[in-house]
Amino acid sequence: MLSMQNISKVYRAGLVETHALRDFSLEVREGEFISVTGPSGSGKTTFLNIAGLLESFNSGRYELDGRDVSALSDSESSKVRNEKIGFIFQSFNLIPDLNLFDNVDVPLRYRGFNAAERKRRIEKVLETVGLAARMKHLPSQLSGGQQQRVAIARALAGEPRFLLADEPTGNLDSHMAMSVMELIAEINRNGTTIIMVTHDPALAELARRNVHILDGRVSNSVPDLKLAHAVST
Amino acid sequence: MFAYYLKLGWLSIRRNPLLSALMIAAIAIGIGASMTIITVNYIMSSNPIPHKSDQLFYVQLDNWDPNNQEEDGYEPPDQVTYLDAMALMKAGKAYRQVASNRSGLVLEPQGEDERPFTVNTRDTWADFFPMFDLPFLYGSGWDDAADQNLDRVVVLSRVINERVFGGENSVGRSVRLNGMDFKVVGVLDEFQPVPKFYDVTNGAFEEAEEIFIPFNVAVEYQFPRNGNTNCWKMPEGDDNDAFLNSECVWIQFWAELRNETEKQDYMDFLNAYVNEQKALGRFPRALNNRLSDVMEWMENQKVVEDDAQVMLGLALLFLVVCLLNTIGLLLAKFMGKSTDISLRRALGASRSSLFVQHMIESGLIGLAGGILGLGLTWLGLRGIEMLFEDIVKNLVNLDWVMVLTAICLAIASALLAGLYPTWRACHIAPASQLKIQ
Repeated sequence: MLSMQNISKVYRAGLVETHALRDFSLEVREGEFISVTGPSGSGKTTFLNIAGLLESFNSGRYELDGRDVSALSDSESSKVRNEKIGFIFQSFNLIPDLNLFDNVDVPLRYRGFNAAERKRRIEKVLETVGLAARMKHLPSQLSGGQQQRVAIARALAGEPRFLLADEPTGNLDSHMAMSVMELIAEINRNGTTIIMVTHDPALAELARRNVHILDGRVSNSVPDLKLAHAVST
Repeated sequence: MFAYYLKLGWLSIRRNPLLSALMIAAIAIGIGASMTIITVNYIMSSNPIPHKSDQLFYVQLDNWDPNNQEEDGYEPPDQVTYLDAMALMKAGKAYRQVASNRSGLVLEPQGEDERPFTVNTRDTWADFFPMFDLPFLYGSGWDDAADQNLDRVVVLSRVINERVFGGENSVGRSVRLNGMDFKVVGVLDEFQPVPKFYDVTNGAFEEAEEIFIPFNVAVEYQFPRNGNTNCWKMPEGDDNDAFLNSECVWIQFWAELRNETEKQDYMDFLNAYVNEQKALGRFPRALNNRLSDVMEWMENQKVVEDDAQVMLGLALLFLVVCLLNTIGLLLAKFMGKSTDISLRRALGASRSSLFVQHMIESGLIGLAGGILGLGLTWLGLRGIEMLFEDIVKNLVNLDWVMVLTAICLAIASALLAGLYPTWRACHIAPASQLKIQ
């Protein structure tokens, strides 16, 4: 489903070059739930940005659903993001002056659905995350956990093929974090491929596969998540 | 999506009320200043009789001094002599023709307590009323016989009829002018062409006359003229007959010619007439007769003065300065929305859809600025009216064309100002703003 071969990404600031990814290769199959771990500056961010078509790369090949994405125009890559990819951010990134209904509505608007279809989808996903009764509330009227559920509903509304989650529980307490993780796991069980970046070994352990990134490459030495979990707790 | 973008624009304006207010104020001030001047220019240069302006021709005959040449050649005088006016009227070669001039009379109301007052008067001919489409409240103009028989008849303006007769139908009644009784044959409805095209020699934006009497009567009783009189050589005597037979010009002459053939025929007639006069020792210059339609005549007489054009340029320059301010403010506003823009990019918005969204927001700001600018324009026009009073009284009204122009100009200006900030906003790198770790 997602195939990256020898991807390299270099940031240039004047004469200084920073190699964020070096010959980065990864295969993700349909329905997988992958956690991505690694120390700060290892390239997790860059990998997720490239996977979500939010950033370009210097060399290598990236295929999504068998299609080479490097030559896509802006409108084509926007369409792919809108139809195939869902994003969940650490800081939720809800639009503060739109209510829950309108927040979830954003990607559907760009999809071009009619009003009835949008309403049906919004109500369905808000029901899924347990917030159907609050669809006219503003984000500021919700707890952090509830806001992240709205963000998940927004990501799911377009029924994407895979979900990119960026520290989805990073801003939540442990109780809310577990609740959100259960929701994400449920989404995966329903067939959506999930790639989740996390610093938390306990959460990484919930994934079926862990990818550890070190110095811009997939590391062969996969860390002992159970041990890391024990250390962190 | 248009309605959706309108909603997003409105939300965005509400989100930063101070910044939005500053942008709206900048556009409003620019629109207010420029529209004030544009309105004055627009009314100055408007067509006062659009349905037949290309059929009405101002007649110029070059009887002037051969030793007085302007830089760009000989320019015929802007009025005609009594001799020529009478000859053209007598020939009657045009579909309609009118010689007229402005005078001033004293009107003596009938009531004992009423005091006499002066009235601006137009001495003219029967054709004046149908030729220039004067609107009548009561009665009509006089007929050709009245011109020939020196009938003492008068047409009153609505204002004078209200003042003298309380607004009643005064047709058939008489008014006393300069000690003589005149019979009222008609009362005009509102009549104020802007510019006052039929006589720009006495001020293109003056009030229309208050009463109209037959030209021949005014000449017969030697009523005092109240317009411009120019002579290139002195009359051969001091009496009125000498003046009437002189080369002094003081009469405006118009001919109504319904098509190109009539115009050409009339020009041939004018040339033949002048050649005939040359044989009699008049018209020392080369043949140089002119027929100018209404708009050509307004242009010839520089009804819109050069100063007004300079002011217009300065006002538009001021609008540009206001727009530059708006560009800076819009840039700050759109850059402040970088997270929102990045999020929308991540959720599937293309650059083009974000471009449309932000241009619509710019247009909304322009619309608000235009509405506020209209208010400022109104204030500006009232200010001009207070400063210059009667001189510009007929120039300072906003009609629907100007209202629409102001709104369109404001929206277009805001869209123009929004181009660069919107382009910058659409090129924000989403990854840098979304804090994906």
